[in-house]
Amino acid sequence: MSGQPGPGAVMSTVRSIVPLLVALVLAYLMQTVVATMIGDFYGKMLVDVGIAIVLGVSLGIVNGFAGQFSLGHAGFMAVGGYTAAAIVYYGSIKLFGTKAIYGGFLGPGELLLLGACLAGGVAAAIAGWLVGLPSLRLRGDYLAIVTLGFGEIIRVLIQQTDDVVLSVEKVKQTDWYVLRDNLGGGLGFIGGPRYIDPKNPFWVWLFVAVVCLVAYRVKYSNQGRQLLAVRENEIAAEAMGIQTTRAKVSAFMMSAFFAGVGGGLYAHELGNSLRPADLGFQRSIDIVIIVVLGGMGSISGVCIAAIGVTLLPEIFREFSEYRMIVYALALILMMILRPQGLLGLKELWEIDWRDVGRSLVSAPGRLLRWLVGLPVVIVGVVRRLPRQLRATLTGRELDDDEDAP
Amino acid sequence: MTAPAALEITGLSKSFGGLKAVTELSFAVPAGALHGLIGPNGAGKTTVFNLLTGVYQPDAGSITLGGERVDGKKPSAIARAGMVRTFQNIRLFGDLDVLDNVRIAAGVRARSGLARSILRTPLFRREEAEILERARYLLDVLGIAHRAGEQAKSLPYGDQRRLEIARALATQPKVLLLDEPVAGMNTLEKREMRGLIQQLREQFAVSILLIEHDMGLVMDICEHITVLDHGVTIARGVPADIQCDPAVIEAYLGVPDASGEEAGASMSGPSSPSDPDGDPDATGAH
Repeated sequence: MSGQPGPGAVMSTVRSIVPLLVALVLAYLMQTVVATMIGDFYGKMLVDVGIAIVLGVSLGIVNGFAGQFSLGHAGFMAVGGYTAAAIVYYGSIKLFGTKAIYGGFLGPGELLLLGACLAGGVAAAIAGWLVGLPSLRLRGDYLAIVTLGFGEIIRVLIQQTDDVVLSVEKVKQTDWYVLRDNLGGGLGFIGGPRYIDPKNPFWVWLFVAVVCLVAYRVKYSNQGRQLLAVRENEIAAEAMGIQTTRAKVSAFMMSAFFAGVGGGLYAHELGNSLRPADLGFQRSIDIVIIVVLGGMGSISGVCIAAIGVTLLPEIFREFSEYRMIVYALALILMMILRPQGLLGLKELWEIDWRDVGRSLVSAPGRLLRWLVGLPVVIVGVVRRLPRQLRATLTGRELDDDEDAP
Repeated sequence: MTAPAALEITGLSKSFGGLKAVTELSFAVPAGALHGLIGPNGAGKTTVFNLLTGVYQPDAGSITLGGERVDGKKPSAIARAGMVRTFQNIRLFGDLDVLDNVRIAAGVRARSGLARSILRTPLFRREEAEILERARYLLDVLGIAHRAGEQAKSLPYGDQRRLEIARALATQPKVLLLDEPVAGMNTLEKREMRGLIQQLREQFAVSILLIEHDMGLVMDICEHITVLDHGVTIARGVPADIQCDPAVIEAYLGVPDASGEEAGASMSGPSSPSDPDGDPDATGAH
């Protein structure tokens, strides 16, 4: 960040666009070099990791920066995903006359996908505004409950929609505003072209770069600091002149926008099914886990966590049914050893490694304390539980004298 | 007194249920003045601050800031209009570093929104540079520049109070409300803070309204004092008059003839509140 004002408007504009060009080149290299090098199995992971990063970083804007605990991220993802899927599927038929992939790399079909993802983002951002405006006056658990409810409402609404119109001829004859009700219901939106596959990670990684760049620039700006102020102490933030509700709503909308884009990308990935059941509460939790593990407020931390959470289940595929247990254990360990998440508020390059060293040295001790302490608590609870149960079942008041030997 | 008042309060009243927290409070703080607001615990001082900053809405009366009515506005709007406070129980942005705490406040009037921040336009860069410059300057003035990179919550108590003042000043206020700035400080720290308050007032041409229990400090630096008891103004005037006002002495020390010893106690020592357990917000419990 340069402290000198006035390097010239042209230079400034150039400087602000350069990172985007770099991102384009990187995404292009990802497409042409990396994807062909690593093959389909790892190519699929590359795409999955990218989508996880888009979703994680976008949730990090509202959960991490603004400190508003949202459990509705999958809901925004669903809004964006279904919007994009409908545009691409019905749009392909109406524009190109086919529901298969149309055109090659950067061809008309892919440009339709790009437009559809952006439209999905806009739709999700509007949904974010509608939900955020009334609910962001709530705090903590209450906001979590409202956003959770929002996600479920979206899921149920989608379940109520009609089947996808599979016949190309029929789609051509039907008006678009009728087709908006044909989103597949509980069966899922099937039959759409899958533009994103292991050989084509370009669009995913382009949006990875965009979301990281946007999040970074927001974090290191006056606007971002104001969000952090809201997270740190809302009363003080308001007293210093920050319009807290407005700040929170804009963070919420930005987060929802990229969740919608992420949903659009997810909807067009080969092998994914776009079903309401896949975009429910569990998906929201998965994204929250990424943010909590990576660090509330750290972009690079969330990226690392997204990579880990996506790759580890693939590596330990034979133990996949234990995934949630491992997540739970990882979260408990994190809460004990590093409650602020992997990187906390910091970015990878801001870390004080001596701190990390100290924290590692003290980790076994802290863990031991918990390992000793936890059984004591559990034994205490378990010993009391049967009596409590008995008392509840017999409708008798719990007699505390029983504690006496 | 020809200069227009920076802050003018007329007939300000607020009650919670049947409890009259503040009754018909009126006073004016001339531009550049240092006005004291004192009273025993539970007198309603902090309630007055909460009314002034828009945390509570007054039942009656008006608050005029430099000629502009601000009562009924939101706290953030009042802060941007030029009246900002510090907190009795410190409320910093604890996990952020000291510099960012001040930068946040310095940036509240910045015009760059999200779009400009993401695009990094020339205006954005200029504003960021200004914000940084002002923040560094304020840290310098308050003597905590060497702590710029530290986490706010890790600062020693006295520096946290200084940071609160730096943060408040960063919003470029016309009126600064200080809620017990020397609470919990030792004699040396108090003396430093006294010098600092006087210096800031001149350097930033800001009017200050001060709530304080430390009578020595209040009598020493305030030009004008308003004394509250149970939300009612029982005295107002220059420090010398307040010190020997019978109503004030009674409010602080009880009825003079209840104990001969008490009446002789000096007003310049630390206050001996009539209700030692009372929370300042729980006004006048009978």
